[in-house]
Amino acid sequence: MTTFTPLPSLIGGLLIGFSTLLMILWLGKIAGISGIVGQLWSAAAGDRVWRLAFVSGLMLAPLLYACWAPLPAVQIVTSTPGLVVAGLLVGFGTRLGSGCTSGHGVCGLSRLSLRSLVATLTFMATAILVVWLLRHGLVAA
Amino acid sequence: MSSVIALLAGVIFGLGLVVGGMTNPAKVLAFLDITGDWDPSLAFVMMGAIAVSFFAFRFARRQAVSQLGLPMQLPATTLIDRKLVLGAMLFGAGWGIAGFCPGPAVASILIGGREVWIFVASMLAGMGLYTWAARRGWL
Repeated sequence: MTTFTPLPSLIGGLLIGFSTLLMILWLGKIAGISGIVGQLWSAAAGDRVWRLAFVSGLMLAPLLYACWAPLPAVQIVTSTPGLVVAGLLVGFGTRLGSGCTSGHGVCGLSRLSLRSLVATLTFMATAILVVWLLRHGLVAA
Repeated sequence: MSSVIALLAGVIFGLGLVVGGMTNPAKVLAFLDITGDWDPSLAFVMMGAIAVSFFAFRFARRQAVSQLGLPMQLPATTLIDRKLVLGAMLFGAGWGIAGFCPGPAVASILIGGREVWIFVASMLAGMGLYTWAARRGWL
């Protein structure tokens, strides 16, 4: 069980929004993490540097945060085989569906893209269903 | 210059994920667990992000090139097909199992330890599998 944190979450969201703003208005790119990471290797050399820079920043951010406040816990409640299956599904699924929570969920919805709305509703509904099955459905049955 | 902006954008994105609570899979799963001890916090992350992003894209649409003079690469695809829906379903299933989506998983690489590396390695393998299958024309 976790506590409801509307204000920090809203501030966190505003920061993410500001990051997508920088990416689109300065670089002309969509801040979609699965796309940026998934095309790191396949991208042409000239298209690779900004991807590496963005991913580096993403990885360094928690270390910078830790300089002025204690980091919130990373509580993983999934077994190792579960993490492997989940990772494969997230990796394959986000590439097949051309986006994840950032590309479809944040950028796509902000662009009022119907395609991204369909993707977002689909992955949200599926995730909610899977959590229900794993936490209540299968256990209760 | 574009790398400096990308690095800065990555840092800000990552800080947003940490501040917003997205780097804690237990919190993400609590958000998805709407019939259990529901924690609606992450809806506020989404609202905050879209509140800024919406105006950024409205402005971007009217620009021929970016502030750095780079092409404005707004997605042109509007197609809603089986790939989109099936991909979103597979992603949603994985997200529901582990509570990690790509951004928070990558942002946790240096702080989360072995379990995060297992997830990220599997995610990269899944992405690689997609690229491999797509190149063979199977998808």
